[in-house]
Amino acid sequence: MTAAIDHVAGLASMLSHPFMRNAFVAGTGIGACCGLVGYFVVLRGQLFTGDALSHVALTGALAALAAGVDLRLGLFGATIAVGVGMGLLGRSARADDVVIGSVFAWMMGLGVLFLSIYATGGSGANGTAGVSVLFGSILGLSATASWTAALVGAGVCLAIVAVARPLLFASVDEAVAAAAGVPIRLLGIAFLGLVGVTAAETTEAVGALLLLGLLAAPAAAAHRLTTRPGRGIAVSTALAVGSVWAGLALSYAAPSLPPSFSIIAVATSLFVLAQALPAKTRAF
Amino acid sequence: MIAGGILSYPFMVNAFEAGTIVAVVCGAMGWFMVLRRQTFAGHTLAVVGFPGAAGAILLGISAGIGYVAFCAGAALIIGAAAGTAESPSYQDESALIGTVQAMALALGFLFVGLYHGNLTGLTGLLFGSFLGITRGQVAALLLIGSGAMIALGLIGRRLLYASVDPDVAGAAGLPVRALAIGFLVLLGIAVAEACQITGSLLVFALLVLPPATAQVITGRPAIGIGIGILLGVAVTWAGLVAAFYSPYPPGFYITTFGFGAYVVARVARGINGRRSRAPTAAAAAAGP
Repeated sequence: MTAAIDHVAGLASMLSHPFMRNAFVAGTGIGACCGLVGYFVVLRGQLFTGDALSHVALTGALAALAAGVDLRLGLFGATIAVGVGMGLLGRSARADDVVIGSVFAWMMGLGVLFLSIYATGGSGANGTAGVSVLFGSILGLSATASWTAALVGAGVCLAIVAVARPLLFASVDEAVAAAAGVPIRLLGIAFLGLVGVTAAETTEAVGALLLLGLLAAPAAAAHRLTTRPGRGIAVSTALAVGSVWAGLALSYAAPSLPPSFSIIAVATSLFVLAQALPAKTRAF
Repeated sequence: MIAGGILSYPFMVNAFEAGTIVAVVCGAMGWFMVLRRQTFAGHTLAVVGFPGAAGAILLGISAGIGYVAFCAGAALIIGAAAGTAESPSYQDESALIGTVQAMALALGFLFVGLYHGNLTGLTGLLFGSFLGITRGQVAALLLIGSGAMIALGLIGRRLLYASVDPDVAGAAGLPVRALAIGFLVLLGIAVAEACQITGSLLVFALLVLPPATAQVITGRPAIGIGIGILLGVAVTWAGLVAAFYSPYPPGFYITTFGFGAYVVARVARGINGRRSRAPTAAAAAAGP
């Protein structure tokens, strides 16, 4: 009983810290857009593209650091440009695995270059900024930054919802969708652009190296739990937002766990649980 | 002779020897990885080494053990789970791979945090320390590298068959699934060795760039593997030499030269107007 009261009090005190409130605000927007976008990324089998974009985010951010401009300029600029570029290059707006792999292997090389320029740039205190690009710093967001992140997240969600129906059609059966007059190529390119925005956005929260988890795990769990698209999208979004919230709470309760680790750990556990459910309980 | 100056430094000799071994193993392993369209799995195995090493350092055991344990472990998870799902589709498999990768990296971050290690250690694990290789590491690399190459040589012919046409190979009695898992584990071990030298993030470049270039040039397996290995070695040597004479890291030069070769090969093929003659399990797997 007292333990329960302690927990409620603990939750209240958690939200009394401005940095935790900011983290929840940003995390909700980021979780929602990861869940939504992730559902389609998994459906379209484009996780490797998401993986590549996460490393592009890393390189973009390091380039911005090396050049001394705003981090977000590099992040969003690089991911959106490469996302759209991959859409343009690929056959029917889906780039080939090996092409993606080759481009992003080189991107990582560029990232190393920028890191070394930045590290030797003498601006001093600077391993930390690099590490926060790699692994995120959701607890370090300012109020403005977190509301911006929430708004961008909401914008991405709205854009996805707006194209959800044709995008679903194009993802499930490309040929029939094309015959029915759906502009599949344009949709594919726009979608990859949105994945780019999501990648840049999520980098701020859990870091370039971990954002793939937030894209993949909740969405894959949702695909496992239901085959009905409407439900799947809702479940995926709810699981992603839930992972962020639970992860933040977990890290608050156990400060030795970095929040990005907790968030990914919760998302992965949900994925494993969904895999472990016996087939009957699934809505197949 | 230019090389004389460079090779008078023992650390450069070690870097050249280690780089050559890594490039040879990656060239051969990568050729099959590219053929099987398992670049995502390969990349994941490469980054999984990072938490392995971080965890081993946290526990106070050799980082090498951590690398091998995590990479081989992840290979088993991916290989085992990929075949057991009722609908073993590319979707399911890639979702699993993505989740394994993110979870592994998150663990690595946790381990580094718990260790209160310094940040240079972290970038070393991720981006490698090409120029700080010891004699012992070169010897270990040679041992494990040649082991992996011998194993690959033993299963190579059957693996090729199973990669190009899994259905027919299965019908002919080949253990397609065991071959797939075996290859992933071999890849994991090879990558675990390589990423101690190149770092988790860059080993992928040597795995994918030279073999992808080789498959653009020729579809013939033996020649393709040979070209992949030669290109890998050439790119690594050139990268090390360039890095020696400039302030920028070898990883940057190696990936850039590798990518340059790939682009040149693609452009040249485009000009020749020939169709890809890469073995075409590829075409099937790359489908919609």
